[in-house]
Amino acid sequence: MKVIKIDKNQWSQGLEQLRNAFRLFGPVGNGKASSIQELAPGQAPDLTFANTRLSPKNLVFPQSEVMLNYSLDPDDPERNILKEAPKDYAPRAVIGMRPCDAKALSLVKMNFDTDQYQDPYWLNLYNATTFVGLACDAPASTCFCTTAGCGPYHEEGLDVLLVSQKDGYLAKPLTDKGDQLLKAAGWSQAADADKVIADAKAAAEARIVSKVESDSLRAADTMALYGAPFWEDISFACLNCGTCTFSCPTCWCFDIQDEAYRKKGVRIRNWDSCMFPIFTVHTTGHNPRDTKLQRVRQRFMHKLKYFVDKYDQGIMCVGCGRCVRQCPVNIDIRRVSAMMNSMASAAQCAVGGK
Amino acid sequence: MENPYLPYPVRIDDIVVESEDRNLKTFKFVFLNPEDEQKFAYRAGQFAELSIAGVGEIPIGIASSPVEKGFIKFTVNKAGVVTSHLHNMQVGDVMGVRGPLGNWYPWDMLEGKNVLIVGGGFAFTTLRSSIIYMLDPANRKKFKNINVVYGARTPGMLLYKDELIEWEKRDDIHMHITVDGTKDPNWKYNVGFVPPITEQKAPQGDADSYAIVCGPPIMIKFTQPVLEKLGYDHDHIILSLENRMKCGIGMCGRCGIGRELVCKDGPVFTLAQINRTPREY
Repeated sequence: MKVIKIDKNQWSQGLEQLRNAFRLFGPVGNGKASSIQELAPGQAPDLTFANTRLSPKNLVFPQSEVMLNYSLDPDDPERNILKEAPKDYAPRAVIGMRPCDAKALSLVKMNFDTDQYQDPYWLNLYNATTFVGLACDAPASTCFCTTAGCGPYHEEGLDVLLVSQKDGYLAKPLTDKGDQLLKAAGWSQAADADKVIADAKAAAEARIVSKVESDSLRAADTMALYGAPFWEDISFACLNCGTCTFSCPTCWCFDIQDEAYRKKGVRIRNWDSCMFPIFTVHTTGHNPRDTKLQRVRQRFMHKLKYFVDKYDQGIMCVGCGRCVRQCPVNIDIRRVSAMMNSMASAAQCAVGGK
Repeated sequence: MENPYLPYPVRIDDIVVESEDRNLKTFKFVFLNPEDEQKFAYRAGQFAELSIAGVGEIPIGIASSPVEKGFIKFTVNKAGVVTSHLHNMQVGDVMGVRGPLGNWYPWDMLEGKNVLIVGGGFAFTTLRSSIIYMLDPANRKKFKNINVVYGARTPGMLLYKDELIEWEKRDDIHMHITVDGTKDPNWKYNVGFVPPITEQKAPQGDADSYAIVCGPPIMIKFTQPVLEKLGYDHDHIILSLENRMKCGIGMCGRCGIGRELVCKDGPVFTLAQINRTPREY
């Protein structure tokens, strides 16, 4: 599939044309922060942002989503029988999400799409969406994607990669879905731009200087890391506010609740967080992760070790830096990973006799 | 795409009060759509989510056995929001069941082996399912000696009393029923906690013997050294874990112990597996 050149003057016209086939979503700024929202007719995505404050995971995993509904009406013969709630899975396109967030969705997909069970809510929204990414040429100081299995021009999980140019965009179709979207927009001017993109990519990667150290974690002993002495220090300042999990593009934990009033009700799922004590508490009052230390350890062990062990696809982090920027007490996953990694590499050196 | 969150509608067909404190009741369910029973094909040791519209869901071990057809049974302790609501429901009421969920006791591995079952309190439910399964005429010859140590606080707290008495009379299963204490002068079984009774009554472990242990944490804690002393290796000690759950299908993330999810990778684990896992249950 050839790279397509989109001139500035074709941009909004193409977007409007896309509305015939897609509901459009994209970043919208309010002067302080931006978020991915549905775009009203005539509204263009704001592609000048570094990244949205919250990840776009709500596109496929809304913070609250009705799963089932039911009647509680004593006169209804179908009362108390749970039914699938009606859903709109018409085609949608998100224009201008960052490559790290697309890679995050492909990591999270491993949780929701398994051999044994498929989560229909997550997968139907994912499959209904065409993901148009915007390559990063001006990363934030907290971005560390290049050492987190990702990068500013990373293509995994995207259908189209847009590269910003002075006079418009270069659009690299990556899947059939992406190709279809470009055609639907009427963008068809082929460009011989492979070298331009490769150069821009190398330059962008060079701008990312922040790193996460995780190379020794795969071979590390799980129980040794679990019992490491540093968790007290790491978790000391944590408020258990959950900002890290809610802003994280790779966090997917959820709760299921019933909400009912009089004759009808719904079963709804809501984002949840391993930072909250109630997340694991048993009916007896016993709580396997009763302390802050245990909960903070769970978050980092899940991202940096359990996930690595389970899937062998690297860490459950794409280096977007949101948790680093937004943590009110400056807990930094890069520091935690470095501590875990150096403990693991020291143990491996000791075994190797070095 | 099948929706794994959608329960099968069931009708409560029977309710039996199991314990003298009335906190344990066995609910017998019949599927509203008979074809759902086939879809619910299960093995002994699995659990299901009992699902009540407007209230919520609760994961409960399946007490009926795969060899019992036409219904499913669950023995439920009245403890939280959903179980308290369920305890007040009546025969004929409609609700939902979602499952079967989780893994099961390793029946293929247990074939040709001696099986020791150690149970305490109301955790005896999936053990009842297992005993009924093993004693089925089509299955009994697949297993060597079967020993059961089952204890409750008092005689009135023992589950499935009629069946216990019946099993006591058989010679193809060795029952060691015990209570923590009783003032009943006619009590003819054991008195004592499960771990010491296990030490006195259970057969020695060897390469051909497995122990299935299910009970409150304190019982498991003190039974482990007894089984070790009897010669059961950690990969021959099989446990069923509990954790707070929501989805039951490995998606929602809360029941994780290390990389394992109790709901999907468990609830059945060997002690050897659990030793390699953070004990966050």
